[in-house]
Amino acid sequence: MFRDITLGQYYPADSVLHRMDPRTKLLATLVYIIALFIADNPAAILFVTACLLVIIALSKVPFSFMVRGLRGIVLLIVIAAVFNLFLTPGHVVFHWAFFTITREGIKNALLMTARMILLIIGSSLMTLTTTPNQLTDGLESGLHFMTYIKVPVHEIAMMMSIALRFIPILIDETDKIMKAQMARGASFDTGNIVQRAKSMVPLLVPLFVSAFRRANDLALAMEARCYNGGEGRTKMKPLHYAKRDGMAYLCLAVFFAVVIVLGVRF
Amino acid sequence: MKDVKEKKQHDNIIEAIDLSHEYVQRDEEGNVERILTAVDHVDLDVWPGQFISILGHNGSGKSTLAKHLNALLAPTGGSLYVDGKDAAKEENILPIRKTAGMVFQNPDNQIIASVVEEDVGFGPENIGVPTDEIWERVEKSLKSVGMWEYRKHSPNKLSGGQKQRVAIAGVMAMEPKCIVLDEPTAMLDPDGRKEVLAAVHELNKKKGVTIILITHYMEEVVGSDYVYVMDQGKVVMRGQPREIFSDVDKLKSFRLDVPQVTLLGHELREAGLDIPEGILTRQELVEALRMAAGED
Repeated sequence: MFRDITLGQYYPADSVLHRMDPRTKLLATLVYIIALFIADNPAAILFVTACLLVIIALSKVPFSFMVRGLRGIVLLIVIAAVFNLFLTPGHVVFHWAFFTITREGIKNALLMTARMILLIIGSSLMTLTTTPNQLTDGLESGLHFMTYIKVPVHEIAMMMSIALRFIPILIDETDKIMKAQMARGASFDTGNIVQRAKSMVPLLVPLFVSAFRRANDLALAMEARCYNGGEGRTKMKPLHYAKRDGMAYLCLAVFFAVVIVLGVRF
Repeated sequence: MKDVKEKKQHDNIIEAIDLSHEYVQRDEEGNVERILTAVDHVDLDVWPGQFISILGHNGSGKSTLAKHLNALLAPTGGSLYVDGKDAAKEENILPIRKTAGMVFQNPDNQIIASVVEEDVGFGPENIGVPTDEIWERVEKSLKSVGMWEYRKHSPNKLSGGQKQRVAIAGVMAMEPKCIVLDEPTAMLDPDGRKEVLAAVHELNKKKGVTIILITHYMEEVVGSDYVYVMDQGKVVMRGQPREIFSDVDKLKSFRLDVPQVTLLGHELREAGLDIPEGILTRQELVEALRMAAGED
């Protein structure tokens, strides 16, 4: 059940996107997310989808990888769609007992679903083409100005990259603990929601214990390798903007402008 | 006498004199409940280029001792010099960690990055090596453990033995004079164990890196130059592997098993066959049996 989450899983390949500076990708993702929320009509959403498809093709990451990331949030999308469908006031097209569907509701539900799918695919595209360490480096240098207001940027970035590295390990471990408990008669998928939530408790306790043990080991291993904060560190892969990043910024500006125009006009 | 010791400190890469470490357990009011002596007046001297093994059962204090060699723990008694630097001094901690790298038991919990080459580069980054040199070092150390082809892989997709070799490469990239391996094979299958040991022996022979291998597998000790056996925080036996394995009964009293071949040799000798004590390899046993048979 946990294997479906692709967020934070790097897919090694050799593409323009993989070679792009992480700062460019981070900013592009941010702009992309903002654009998604500006785009509140079908034309704009279609345009964003088209752009995303082009980028996916450029990334050389198999499409199935991104779709896999969606499986985990299907329920969320469905719930959001249902709420939008039934609870939006406006022009009534269908009415039965408590259920009222309006034209605006249908539109909102469709837009919301499209947006969420685009949001997940777009942001997992970034983590699929960027190694967590690159991501960390990107965040670290992109947010470096915040050290002046005493934000420990390096430490936060390091914590993030470690968290990303341990996600698959902890997922594997959860699977193992679940199987061990299922072998002894525990069941995780029967009963109502409360019962299911309760059956998760004996899963979480050993998981937390082992996560803390791992954290302790990792801290020792980092110390043993002379880690002592961001000061005096050099970079194995220092960030340099290349020509392609300039091109990417240009495309991004055009993309954003088009979305705004489409968003305003319709 | 003192002069001799002073001089020795500079020749030896690791020199422990009367080294002790006590864990103090306190109750809720902060009163001392009991004192656990994990390392009990241990003397250790290691020359550069040696392959040393420290053997011991669980809880014998061998891992606590290992953590001292990398300045992860400070001694509570006695003294420890790593490459001539006093481990009790705060300012020596980083230089000591550069001199003596450490590989831990669980391969998953010591790999920091999600790509093999980035993990190997983590150590050199920390000690401020310039970018170009980091790349050189990463290439050199990954090649030295035979993991260069995997440099772009994710550690999650490697086998236990491969992960442990990556961890060793990560330490090698810091160019330490000495590597301490704290039960590096305890979580591996027999193939992985062989892989890792072969890599470690190779580093010792080809690059002249001093190795301190901490283990409870007797088979792994056979190829080393010198063996320390620990029990309840004390060094109870020390000597070359052959000397150590000659005393099967004493080893058994420390809850340690001798390698099967050695045990077979020992049993045959007990049964009246004329073969020497301390047989280490199958080859030796075959020859000893031939000799015995020839004499009969």
